[in-house]
Amino acid sequence: MKRTVTVVERFRELGLLGFIVVLAVIFQLRNPVFLTLSNLLDLLTNTAILSILAVGMMMVILTRGIDLSVGATIALAGMISALTVSSFRAISPVVSVLEGMAIGTIAGALIGLLISRFNVLPIIATLGFMNVIRGLTYVVSKGAWVSSYQMSDGFKAIASGGVLGITTPILIAVVINVAFAYFINHVRTGRQIYAVGSNPEAADISGIPRRRIILMVYMVQGALAGLGGVIWVAKFASAQSDTAVGFELSVIAATVLGGVSIAGGSGKVSGLILGTILFGMLNNALPLINVSPFWQMAIQGIVILAAVLTNVVVKRNSQRLALRRRAI
Amino acid sequence: MRRGFIKGAVLVAAVALSALVLLAGCAKPVSNQYAIVFKNTGNPYGDKEMGGYQQGIEEQGFKAILRAPDQPTAEGQIAIIEQLIAQHVAAICIVGNDKDALQPVLTKAMKAGIKVFSLDSGVNPASRAVHVNQADSEKIGQTLVEAAYDMSGGSGQIAILSATSQATNQNLWIDFMKKTLQDPKYSKLELVKIAYGDDLRDKSVSEAQALLASYPKLKVIIAPTTVGIAAAGKVLTDKHLGGKVFLTGLGLPSEMATYIESGVCPYMFLWNPLDVGYLGSYVATALVKGTITGKVGEKFKAGRLGDYTITQAPDGGTEVLLGPPFKFDKSNIEEWKTVY
Amino acid sequence: MREIRTERPWSWRSFFFQWEWLLVLIFLAVNVVNSTLSPYYFTADTFLSTPQTFLDKAFLVLPMTMVIILGMIDISVASTAALSAVIMAVSFHAGLPMGLAAVLCLAVATACGLLNGILITRFKELSSVIVTLATMIIYRGIAYVILTDQASGDFPKWYASLGWGFIGSVPIILVVFVVAAVVFGLLLHKTSFGRRIYAIGSNATAARYSGVKTDLIVLLVFTITGFMAGVTSLFLTSRMGSTRPNVAQGYELDVIAMVVLGGVSTSGGKGRIAGPLLAIFIIGFLYYGLGLVNIQAQSLLIIVGLLLILSVLVLNFRFGSARKARPSVSVDNEGKEPHIRPR
Repeated sequence: MKRTVTVVERFRELGLLGFIVVLAVIFQLRNPVFLTLSNLLDLLTNTAILSILAVGMMMVILTRGIDLSVGATIALAGMISALTVSSFRAISPVVSVLEGMAIGTIAGALIGLLISRFNVLPIIATLGFMNVIRGLTYVVSKGAWVSSYQMSDGFKAIASGGVLGITTPILIAVVINVAFAYFINHVRTGRQIYAVGSNPEAADISGIPRRRIILMVYMVQGALAGLGGVIWVAKFASAQSDTAVGFELSVIAATVLGGVSIAGGSGKVSGLILGTILFGMLNNALPLINVSPFWQMAIQGIVILAAVLTNVVVKRNSQRLALRRRAI
Repeated sequence: MRRGFIKGAVLVAAVALSALVLLAGCAKPVSNQYAIVFKNTGNPYGDKEMGGYQQGIEEQGFKAILRAPDQPTAEGQIAIIEQLIAQHVAAICIVGNDKDALQPVLTKAMKAGIKVFSLDSGVNPASRAVHVNQADSEKIGQTLVEAAYDMSGGSGQIAILSATSQATNQNLWIDFMKKTLQDPKYSKLELVKIAYGDDLRDKSVSEAQALLASYPKLKVIIAPTTVGIAAAGKVLTDKHLGGKVFLTGLGLPSEMATYIESGVCPYMFLWNPLDVGYLGSYVATALVKGTITGKVGEKFKAGRLGDYTITQAPDGGTEVLLGPPFKFDKSNIEEWKTVY
Repeated sequence: MREIRTERPWSWRSFFFQWEWLLVLIFLAVNVVNSTLSPYYFTADTFLSTPQTFLDKAFLVLPMTMVIILGMIDISVASTAALSAVIMAVSFHAGLPMGLAAVLCLAVATACGLLNGILITRFKELSSVIVTLATMIIYRGIAYVILTDQASGDFPKWYASLGWGFIGSVPIILVVFVVAAVVFGLLLHKTSFGRRIYAIGSNATAARYSGVKTDLIVLLVFTITGFMAGVTSLFLTSRMGSTRPNVAQGYELDVIAMVVLGGVSTSGGKGRIAGPLLAIFIIGFLYYGLGLVNIQAQSLLIIVGLLLILSVLVLNFRFGSARKARPSVSVDNEGKEPHIRPR
């Protein structure tokens, strides 16, 4: 039984890995600049924010939820921390990061409460909050932008600083992914998240604090979105109220690409990382190989559909194999 | 299923609607309100333009209405214009999100007696009486190419990082840039690519990085859009390419201050959006008063900016030009970065 | 013979305690507030010609109600509208007579919906969220490939009258919408097709085991949704006089908001057509009325967001929570068909 499950999981990851390798080869052939260190570092830095958010989104989707408000949370957290820095130049970047995460956590907590305590469906709660949060971003900033000269160098270094060329956002993303992998696989509360998504009623009956876990999941998602917001604003050295509009779809796409099932209860961190990298690759490589910008959207959609369908077909095949093995 | 509900509801609705129609009173047309509709909210450049407009309108003793949709779409602007028509405003100044899509609703406004003119981002000649252009499009193209020529040392590869592929202004300027490049003086300059950053921060950054990666011999990036130039500035700074690859274009002094001071962008251009809006406000009142009707050769006075004459516009309609583009460099950026 | 009552006896209180009456109250409240805020609101012109602004979206609310009652969702409708509009414009300029181009528009949109339906029914492991997310990106992507950054317009004069014209003093679009609303209302509430939709939404497994052809019905509903997206695009293009690949952006969220505000529960199996119909006019007139006093766009966003959440909270309170202990088939949980799986 265990062997079958591992076979299924391995297939899923292998499929994605294969996809990535094939695409990388194609891109490299079209433009040899693709696999250079500098380009790869660019790719990873740009994908770092996506990866941080994908971790949170995976947790949410594992519990059968969805979160459309992450883009708005990024904007709000980023804007508020930028406004703070522009007024108090001497603030340490660590404080800015914590500030952003706090704002994100509050937003996440409100959403989590709606979903866990008041039984509002995640898609509705986050849809409504998306509008409210974005409206708040505009109100808080009075429509103004925060520009590069208003930010302290320390603040901007959150995104541009680094060690040996590996930028800070990449390091943060790696740390978060590793911590998350440990949490979801080896810590009891982490395992319970799978249970909540897999079968909420059974989880309830077995004494798992379903409501608390759902609330926690959205709060963590909010905190990560807040972190992503601060990095975003530092990276582009600019905070506007229309930051990250539509970004939530990219996050969801990357997460689902990684094999996390929308139906909840299944998904692996390795798949998540692969899915995020694949998505980041697309964003980075398409301009490099001179794909007309008008083809980029269609290609992204086709890749997502193909990856998701492939997952399904592979999974069905392995299930059939498993059945056959049982019949003997 | 409560079958009676639908019947009951329809009855109530019918009664209510007929009562409303009967009771419909006429609101008196108020003509001391002048409206401006910008492309979207949350855009400081737009806020300044609308602010200038408001200043001019109030200076003349009228009331200004400032509106913008939250997303830069034509549909959003159509809804707003409908609301303005219902309020019987005297004039509508439109900064269009789309050249043609606003034609039906603007024609409706003109038929209702409202004076319609465009500003900055124009609409097609059939939808407006006149267009207020911040600077001669051909001059902008020429100035930017000359700047690239100067920064590249006379020869080399250059690239353009634009906004969205449909942006009216940018496309016009790019066309003039291409035309200018055909002049034998610039024969050693090679335009390698036009990239579109869609006026989105992250996309502009990706496109800028791709440009630098794909064309290692690139000498100058021209970014005729405020988001694009700021994004390119950040990318060049992060990659420590200041001094090797140069940047110019149209940018907001507040956004570009860091990069001008560091030398990544030796100089760039823009115009004062406050003045553009201010000029628009005098066009509005002149149209309503009847001083001008939008024909070539008509003259009017625009407050502190002086006298203006209407000229022929490249798209077949007519326009008013604010003046030449303004150059920002190390010597004046300190003063301008807090203005806008 | 004594009758055994299976329903609660009808009473005035329970009749007026329905969600839809709450919406009527809200609608009247919106009108009262708007009238006090602005003297320009209470005119015949407002009620007759303002609907032209938001009714193009409303055509999508009708099939979306069905989709959500099924327990599914379709976020690709806006992209379908964009793609079909683009194809119509391009084919018109390639020589096709406008009438045929419009028919082509409807055909393309229906095909898009059909594809959604096929993918959803053939690959049950995939929820409608992910399928329509992918097709949302693909359809609009194709629109960009076809029309790149250009706009395409210059349609014959009669075409503009679709979105701007009147029959007497009633806008054409309103007439067409009323007809469509009646058709959908009848379909949903008076036919067995409609009853089966409710059955699938309540419990897909039970419905299937009772002989309901779930696959066929899901396929039909998504195809109809595609067709209505084509209708939306016909009117939207007529309103704008031209089209581009980026039209109708954000429509899917507005439409879903209208349906949910209308009392249709996203867990499936509940709701009536009357609710979303009222919600369309509530949101439409709310936007218009607040716009008349020049409230900024962002404040409207906050208001609609709060309205959405509030309405769902009240709905849940009134009708009980959305999560019940049953073999759930819902937006979050499709694909849990009884496939044999190694558990």
